[in-house]
Amino acid sequence: MAEYWHIREGFEEAVRKHFEQPPEADVTLDSVIPEKDFNSAGKGSADVKNLLKRLGVDPEILRRVAVAAYEAEINVAAHSLGGAMLSHIHPNLIHMIFQDNGPGIGNIEQAMIPGFSTADDMVRELGFGAGLGLPNIKKNTDALHINSEAGNTTFLEFLIFFK
Amino acid sequence: MTLKDIVQLLDGEVLTPEADLEVEVPCAFASDLISDILMCTKEPTLLLTGLTNNQVIRLSDMIDIVGVIFVRGKRPLDEITAMALERNLPLICTNLTMYRSSGLLFNAGLRSCKI
Repeated sequence: MAEYWHIREGFEEAVRKHFEQPPEADVTLDSVIPEKDFNSAGKGSADVKNLLKRLGVDPEILRRVAVAAYEAEINVAAHSLGGAMLSHIHPNLIHMIFQDNGPGIGNIEQAMIPGFSTADDMVRELGFGAGLGLPNIKKNTDALHINSEAGNTTFLEFLIFFK
Repeated sequence: MTLKDIVQLLDGEVLTPEADLEVEVPCAFASDLISDILMCTKEPTLLLTGLTNNQVIRLSDMIDIVGVIFVRGKRPLDEITAMALERNLPLICTNLTMYRSSGLLFNAGLRSCKI
């Protein structure tokens, strides 16, 4: 499996601490992401955003969570055979996990290049396929971890601290 | 500039009659790519687009969109308009192109959103 890590400068210690001893989440939300279902795609991310809003999370952090979650949810719907998203909400951060049923990312480094896209025509007609999905997730998260390879499943998780 | 001014400038048709057209619009962004819109919208923004699917409305759940202008005579289906009504999101149609619509609004003083 090819692995990709990106940790925002200054967050190395906090991220290491979180993954070394993952605390139990206060709230966990999960939802299924069906393949190519663009009627419901995005709903899971909207639910997470609305919950964080009710919990009083700062609007700029809310925007970053919503954008990263939505891009990741759309990625699963548009590029995979379907999957699921899991959101662990802690007092100081959100940990979101997206897992799909394949077919995997052939070259993660290439997929991180802004503008690179493998989206099909149907997906592009809906306005996706700008090649900014993963770059947009990276830009809005404090830690991004991807595990994938061609012919296998994709695991993507990220952390965003509430500061 | 208010949404009412924008409707007049673009010879637009308001699809959500309940919408408050007196609302002030601070800035705008124009694109047909969802990720571009997500990446560039960090403040309350008017969106000009040719996309008419439900994901355009879904975007307003993630980022702060004060209204959507559908350009080039594009019209969303009734179910999309219903989604916007649920969210109190004003929808406006214009037959003008995205370039012309943007130019008219820019010349009238509506700035581009900060990216």
